Amino acid sequence: MLEARNITVKRGAKALLADASLMIASGRLTAIIGPNGAGKSTLLRVMAGELRPTEGAVLLDGDDISHISVARLATRRSVVTQSTSLSFPFTVLEVVMLGATVPGFGVRDTEAATVARQALRAVGLHAFEARMLHELSGGEKQRVHIARALCQLDTLPRQPGETAALLLDEPTASLDLKHQSDVLALIKKQAQSGRAILLVIHDLNLAAAFADDVVLMADGRIVGHGTPDDILNEDLLSHTFGCRLQIVSSGEGRRVILPAAIARRLGTGAATQ
Amino acid sequence: MTTFDSKLAWAGATVRPSRGKVFLALAALLLTVAVLSLAIGPTGISLQALPRAFEASLGFTTDAAAARDRLVLIDLRLPRTLLAAFVGAALATSGAMMQGLFRNPLADPGLIGVSSGAALFAISAIVLGHGIAAPIVAPLGIYALPIAAFFGGLLTTIILVVIASRHGELAVGTLLLAGIAVGAFAASISGVIVYVSDDRELRDLTLWQMGSLSGASWQKVSAVTPFAVVLALLVPRLARGLNGFLLGEAEAMHLGVDTERTKRLVIAATAAAVGASVAVAGVIGFVGLVVPHVMRLIAGPDHRAVLPGSAVLGAALVIVADIVARMIVRPAELPIGIVLAFIGAPVFLHLVLRRGVRGLE
Repeated sequence: MLEARNITVKRGAKALLADASLMIASGRLTAIIGPNGAGKSTLLRVMAGELRPTEGAVLLDGDDISHISVARLATRRSVVTQSTSLSFPFTVLEVVMLGATVPGFGVRDTEAATVARQALRAVGLHAFEARMLHELSGGEKQRVHIARALCQLDTLPRQPGETAALLLDEPTASLDLKHQSDVLALIKKQAQSGRAILLVIHDLNLAAAFADDVVLMADGRIVGHGTPDDILNEDLLSHTFGCRLQIVSSGEGRRVILPAAIARRLGTGAATQ
Repeated sequence: MTTFDSKLAWAGATVRPSRGKVFLALAALLLTVAVLSLAIGPTGISLQALPRAFEASLGFTTDAAAARDRLVLIDLRLPRTLLAAFVGAALATSGAMMQGLFRNPLADPGLIGVSSGAALFAISAIVLGHGIAAPIVAPLGIYALPIAAFFGGLLTTIILVVIASRHGELAVGTLLLAGIAVGAFAASISGVIVYVSDDRELRDLTLWQMGSLSGASWQKVSAVTPFAVVLALLVPRLARGLNGFLLGEAEAMHLGVDTERTKRLVIAATAAAVGASVAVAGVIGFVGLVVPHVMRLIAGPDHRAVLPGSAVLGAALVIVADIVARMIVRPAELPIGIVLAFIGAPVFLHLVLRRGVRGLE
């Protein structure tokens, strides 16, 4: 279990996060949604141990993460950031293997390569392992970094009962529709296999379709936390995002969240619930 | 469709040679050029004289020819070869470490002013060592110069990191440009110190400056030996951390790298390597730029290959450059920096042109 307890982050006089508390449990996919500048990525960075909060603490299985060495922390949580760029020509397989070979827990290269290949297969890039990373498209690169994060959790040694958390900051931002749903299905499977997943995501429909829990943020505060049905309602979302949102029925009981202006243009305004 | 994709993907495959084979080839190269360096010289004494030279140095023979062979092979060429190897290994490794830390292949201690800062402190130690700094410099003996140069390199690097840091991120463009300014500033102060020094100090300075590798001696070899030992123990431990840095500082932390510790150790190791080599051979540019670049082309960017590989290849390159420097205009000698710039400048231009302006970002 990864828990943020009363986190406040200040930059000068401005509070990027104000008294945010959040618990993510093993086996569940928690999605953070909210408008730009709401503090979603900041909260993720704090929970990753990358950013020290001004006040509050992050606990991993009850231990304050500022007291856990970065190497031990790496065995229990991995992170996919919004944009990771490499300055030197690595092959795809080499990048994924970094997940296992950098922390230095004595993972042999041959073992790392085996796990890295499995991770690449999971993101559908097994045929690309010998290609240079910089030759890949933005979406392919993003999937390589997801594979690296998986390889990190799959190889490094953990004690029984320790949480393995995967934190992803908008992993679908540069992906096309097919790969958006493929990647989220993969992440969902990770949750189902017992990992604690924290996902920052802009697409409300993807959050509705895949998340077990949804956290709604605005102005550095958590303004809603619950199941997708609890949080994804028109009034709460419209108020938080500052624009009229409509939940539109797409048949067979399925619903889609759209800004009202777009729903009108599509001529589906009449089908509102 | 999948098969087509697969074929397409494999068509652009990059296959790297195994690390073991690369190291073996490099070791063979280093051994060959080291033997050549012992065998070649303006006096024309060849390796066949080596057994006799050893006999002379152990006192088994007092033959005049043997004594001459001993002087040339054991007292001149051998320390010179060892120093060339140390300087090449130190400069190439420090270039590789800086490029990894700053995530830019253009970061070279010579280019960003670290060598000039080290030289300034070495010059100060020579000049002030006779005067106000004598109580500090005198007890350090042969280690005074490398230690002074180490602190000069360290101070320069810290100044550059402070100048180029913004919100915890290092702006590499600023770093490179500030490095040129800091290097020029250090060189100008060095100039002033040379100008105000008296005759005796000036003689020492001139000896040091023109020294490069022609002033090699066993005394200089022993002065850098502690640095070589510390670096040989420390540098391999930094490889994994630097691999993490290639993804970015935050990502390195996510991967389990103690980023602050790695940064501090890399900066200290670089300053020690550059300081010691500047102290014995003056400012030599381009080795730290060219060698890691070639190593990455051969073995890929993994620092577990790049750091040791650069050390061996750098040693071999400087030994070869030194052979060229002492043979091409014999009996005179070309400064080794000229030989290396002749190779290094085109490689630097190639890197700049290939990366474009983006390389500075």
